[in-house]
Amino acid sequence: MDLIWLIPLLPGIGAALNGLLGVRYFSKRVAAGVACVTMGGALLLSIGAFYQLLGAEHREHVVTVAQWIPPIPLATASGEIGAFEVPWAFRLDPLSGMMILIVTGIGFLIHLYSVAYMDHESRGAYARFFCYLNLFCFFMLMLVLGSTFLVMFVGWEGVGLCSYLLIGFWYHKQSASDAGKKAFIVNRVGDWGFMLGIFLIFFTFGTLDFRAVAEAAAEMPVEVGGFGVLSAICLLLFVGAVGKSAQIPLHIWLPDAMEGPTPVSALIHAATMVTAGVYMVGRNAVLFSHAPMVMQVVAWVGVLTALLAATIGLVQTDIKKVLAYSTVSQLGYMFLATGVGAFGAAAFHLMTHAFFKALLFLGSGSVIHAMNDEQDLRRMGNMRLYMPVTFITMFVGSLAIAGVPPFSGFFSKDEILYRTYLNNKLLWGLAVVTAGMTAFYMFRLIFMTFFGEYRGPSWGHQEGEDHAEAHAAADDGHDADAQGHAWHGPHESPGLMTGPLWMLAVGASVAGLVGIPAAFGFRNLIEPFLEPSFTAGAAHEATEHAESHLLEWGLMGFSVLIAIAGIALAYHFYVRRPERSEQLAKHWAGAHRWLTNKYYVDELYGATAIKGTIGSARGLWTVDRHVVDGAVNGAGWLTRACAWVSHVFDKYLVDGMFNLLAWVCTEGSYVFRRVQTGLIQNYAVATLFGVFAFVTMYLIARYVG
Amino acid sequence: MSNTANFPLLSLIMFTPLVGAGVLLFVSKPNAIRWIANGFAMLGFLVSLPLWFWLDTTSPDWQFVERHEWIPSIGAEYFIGVDGFSVLLILLATLMGAIAVLSSWTAITERLKEYYIFLLVLQAGMIGAFVSLDFLLFFVFWEVMLVPMYFLIGIWGSANRLYSAIKFFLFTLVGSVIMLLGILAVYFYNHEVTGVYTFDITRFHELNMPIELQTWVFLAFFLGFAVKVPMFPFHTWLPDAHTDAPTAGSVILAAVLLKMGTYGFIRFSLPILPEATRNAVPWVVALCIIGIIYGALVAMAQTDWKRLVAYSSVSHMGLVMLGLFALTPVGITGSILQQINHGIATGGLFLLVGVVYERRHTREISEYGGLAKVMPAYAAVFLVLTMSSIGLPTLNGFIGEVLILQGIFVVNKVWAGFAATGIVLSAAYMLWLYQRTMWGTVDNPKNEHLPDLNLREWATFAPLLILAVWIGLYPKPFLDRLETSVDRVMARVSSVYPPRNVLHDDGQDAAELPALDGDVSDVIEIPVRGGAR
Amino acid sequence: MEITPAHYALLSAALFIIGVVGVLVRRNIIIIFMSIELILNAVNINLVANARHLENLVGQVFVVFVIAVAAAEAAVGLGILLAFFRNKETVNIDEMNVMRW
Repeated sequence: MDLIWLIPLLPGIGAALNGLLGVRYFSKRVAAGVACVTMGGALLLSIGAFYQLLGAEHREHVVTVAQWIPPIPLATASGEIGAFEVPWAFRLDPLSGMMILIVTGIGFLIHLYSVAYMDHESRGAYARFFCYLNLFCFFMLMLVLGSTFLVMFVGWEGVGLCSYLLIGFWYHKQSASDAGKKAFIVNRVGDWGFMLGIFLIFFTFGTLDFRAVAEAAAEMPVEVGGFGVLSAICLLLFVGAVGKSAQIPLHIWLPDAMEGPTPVSALIHAATMVTAGVYMVGRNAVLFSHAPMVMQVVAWVGVLTALLAATIGLVQTDIKKVLAYSTVSQLGYMFLATGVGAFGAAAFHLMTHAFFKALLFLGSGSVIHAMNDEQDLRRMGNMRLYMPVTFITMFVGSLAIAGVPPFSGFFSKDEILYRTYLNNKLLWGLAVVTAGMTAFYMFRLIFMTFFGEYRGPSWGHQEGEDHAEAHAAADDGHDADAQGHAWHGPHESPGLMTGPLWMLAVGASVAGLVGIPAAFGFRNLIEPFLEPSFTAGAAHEATEHAESHLLEWGLMGFSVLIAIAGIALAYHFYVRRPERSEQLAKHWAGAHRWLTNKYYVDELYGATAIKGTIGSARGLWTVDRHVVDGAVNGAGWLTRACAWVSHVFDKYLVDGMFNLLAWVCTEGSYVFRRVQTGLIQNYAVATLFGVFAFVTMYLIARYVG
Repeated sequence: MSNTANFPLLSLIMFTPLVGAGVLLFVSKPNAIRWIANGFAMLGFLVSLPLWFWLDTTSPDWQFVERHEWIPSIGAEYFIGVDGFSVLLILLATLMGAIAVLSSWTAITERLKEYYIFLLVLQAGMIGAFVSLDFLLFFVFWEVMLVPMYFLIGIWGSANRLYSAIKFFLFTLVGSVIMLLGILAVYFYNHEVTGVYTFDITRFHELNMPIELQTWVFLAFFLGFAVKVPMFPFHTWLPDAHTDAPTAGSVILAAVLLKMGTYGFIRFSLPILPEATRNAVPWVVALCIIGIIYGALVAMAQTDWKRLVAYSSVSHMGLVMLGLFALTPVGITGSILQQINHGIATGGLFLLVGVVYERRHTREISEYGGLAKVMPAYAAVFLVLTMSSIGLPTLNGFIGEVLILQGIFVVNKVWAGFAATGIVLSAAYMLWLYQRTMWGTVDNPKNEHLPDLNLREWATFAPLLILAVWIGLYPKPFLDRLETSVDRVMARVSSVYPPRNVLHDDGQDAAELPALDGDVSDVIEIPVRGGAR
Repeated sequence: MEITPAHYALLSAALFIIGVVGVLVRRNIIIIFMSIELILNAVNINLVANARHLENLVGQVFVVFVIAVAAAEAAVGLGILLAFFRNKETVNIDEMNVMRW
């Protein structure tokens, strides 16, 4: 466990190698090798560390690598707050242990997947991609392992950077570069809150260490009915979480982020980075549970995001956009869970979601790959014939996200619903509606992609089939259709891509088993395991739910019914009567327009925040040129005006007198210069006569006068 | 006060560039001029390196002190010495000086000799100002710096150079003349109290002037230094000067010359005029916050690459000043570190503009686009420096930003909230710039065959990149060197602040002074104990 | 006949007058230079004689100075003259009028 600092460092080294050398010198094979080996190393270390953690008596381990910011006293007029000190310290506890497994595990699989997926990129871009991907894992691991708020913030902003770079990976596309910039700036708005939250934490507790803060906060009274300092901290932190995890009102960047390569969407914008907000709230569970008012805010933001994103997801036609809104919606679920105090359930859902959403994204990537970069659902169909592996695995993923037992999503989602029901029936109602919509839009995606008629572009059937087989045989035999010159129709992806799909499918199926509800008679493993991370003191006994199992069974059955209803509806609309969906869209044209335009939130921000900022920028620039600089130039002009007046005065009056004098002298000189012959002897004679004259005068004065 | 080196190291550092300038007078071949100028600039950096290693970070005394008579009749002396703060700025000046000289190798082709002489003289002037412990000597160097910079802008600048050069000169001169009045006021007050005519600032640091006089002197100093920083609304010379200066001039101007203003505040305004400083905090902070937001917004509206970076400087220097006027150790430490960071990041950004300007002879952002495809290494360097500039963690800017904002946060949360909007806005304008220049497609055929960074250009960027990462990951060596400097200022502006090294050094006193990392109750006990005695 | 100081005075006066007249009337600048030397030597004779007469060595010391200065003056003067001759190819003082208005 003392080597946990190596876990982030390994991908960091990989990124450095690929970034400094790889882009210029490495072949594709070496670049991919460096990235995968470092990630694999990190995965092995994580597994080892996790194993040790399981065996350890005290399930918390902090490793301080070095001093980062040495202690600087922070005093105000009212006294000393404490020394501002931040070490490079990493903390392994159940929560971060789970997270590093997710990040390195899924990260490793996605690295493998990318080896094949990105193969048609040029060599430099290939190395650059793996550099960014490794760098992302470095920062993400730093985020989850950081032992203080500031180290976490390092990872927090770092993953933002990588997200920016990876979204804008195809920087020549205007939409991609716009989306990257948007993601970074929107995240920065959230970071503003996070940063202020950190400052307030230090101001309040005099330390930034998670454990110390939690212990100090546990001593403070729960702020029931009031808005105290803890509430302020939590609200600010939540602003950060909202930005990173794409919750309302900062959710706008995530759908646009789908401009990045699909493995990126799977890793960053589904499985890991976007869940950082949930992780952060969970990490500060003690703080949040002392601020019930903020918890209400969290829960409501979560459920509203879940609901609205799900409604938008109903009508999207871009395969990745559907998944993006689904991600936003599922993140809303997680926040709902934290908001009702079910931190364990949130973390559990985070884990299962990481599996099935990464799976779904990679599957969609496989489809996009097969369709030669076609992302529109309306131009797919009947793909199950061409790519059975992708179909099966994606189907598993969809069952998982829809909440069909015994797939993983069922258990985690159900746990959230159950805990929400105990907390607030209205929240539960909205969450259940969302669950139904989730099942609907996911199976809409499955049915539109894999069932029905093939609606995509045609290709030369005859010769194409031989080629397609040849393709399936060779893993990396994909260079030929790099730029879409020779596309031979949809085909199954190479083994390097389907392998991760299989593994994730297994994960999505069985990951839920660690959290089987007590109602089934098994032990729920994950929540008691995570419990120490959510409390300040020693590990509490896992609290048994007081409610009867009957209620739990009932709720479970209800949500399964809802899920199946959603699936059935999707089957009805998109397989049995495809024309019905269009009729419906026409019938509800107004609502449909609102949904396809994502409630016009982007337009709203464009008209207010962005236009306002740009407008004020332009306005201030004008002010700067004409008013501020105008004052300076005006002063300059005034000085010059005064100077001109004195110039006139000087020229004609002051100078005039001297010029007059000079003129007199000049005129006089015409007379006198005749004397200056230039001949020394003339002067000497004059001198001699002068001497004579003076001597004569002297003698006369002496002897005569 | 001590001179641990036992030989005039500071004078050596200061005169090395001057000697170089002298040697250049007798050289006429262009390449010989280049080699000699680079050699002396590099040598200047090398001789300044011992400062980093030999500085005693625990001693609160002035170090490497040299003291000789200069103008005895008015008490002015050649009195120089450094502490950790000035050491960092000197190293920044010598490093950026060497980089600036190296960056001009192909950019300057006319009047080479004069150009390099001016650069070297400028460097000597900057170092002189950073080492002076005599106020008059400082003032002399302060003015000396103006002249070479004026010519650098005026002769080797671009289109509007004469206007910019004169504006720069006059603006600074007006400020410094008023500052001179302030200096004289302190000088005569000191004579009135102590009966000694001296410009020795270590004595000025012990003065307790009446508050009215302090206020007036503060105003005078403020004008002088705020113009140089530059603070809103005295900033308008900066974009013009930056835009029209040659690359090396912009680099020096951004990296070092602007620090002269903040250096002045830390070295003179704060310790000599503590009460007036405390009273001025709300006003100055207001100007800082306006500057941060205003600078960022105006930067966003720019179409000229260099002017955009110049306005970002206004925003960043607002942050530096904000940390300073938090009057907390964390804030001041952050402020000083951020000065170094700003030198690295903004200096580097100006170098980057210079690289493409040399290739394309235009600074219009709309002329560029898609450079990441043509010049990948350039784009990578630009990315790192952009991130450093907007304060991405693991790079240097973040440490400074966090310390400054934390420092101001404990004073006033609302101020911190407004100041922190700078991080959003800076991301907006810098990323927009990055998108417009580096990303997208290569639309302009003139950009299709731009050569990427060559070895010499790499050599100018490498030290900046290394420093950016070093400070970002392990700023301790830098922060350690600032400890005593910050304590010196804090001891003057705060009545309750216990200097750190007093605690470390005598164990006996340490027991009676409140423990630094103790909780609040410890500190509140001080007056109680004092009363008991 | 005993040689008295008066004799020296007369000799020196004669030399002096010859020198002055030479300076005033000759046109060749070299001759003018020589005449100036005559004037200086007239002064020297006077000084030596009086030093002897007054038994004070200061006068002789002075003479050494005068000779030294005369030599320096002659050197500078001839230098100028050479430079002038190269330009104008004449030593006639009437033609040396470049400084004239």
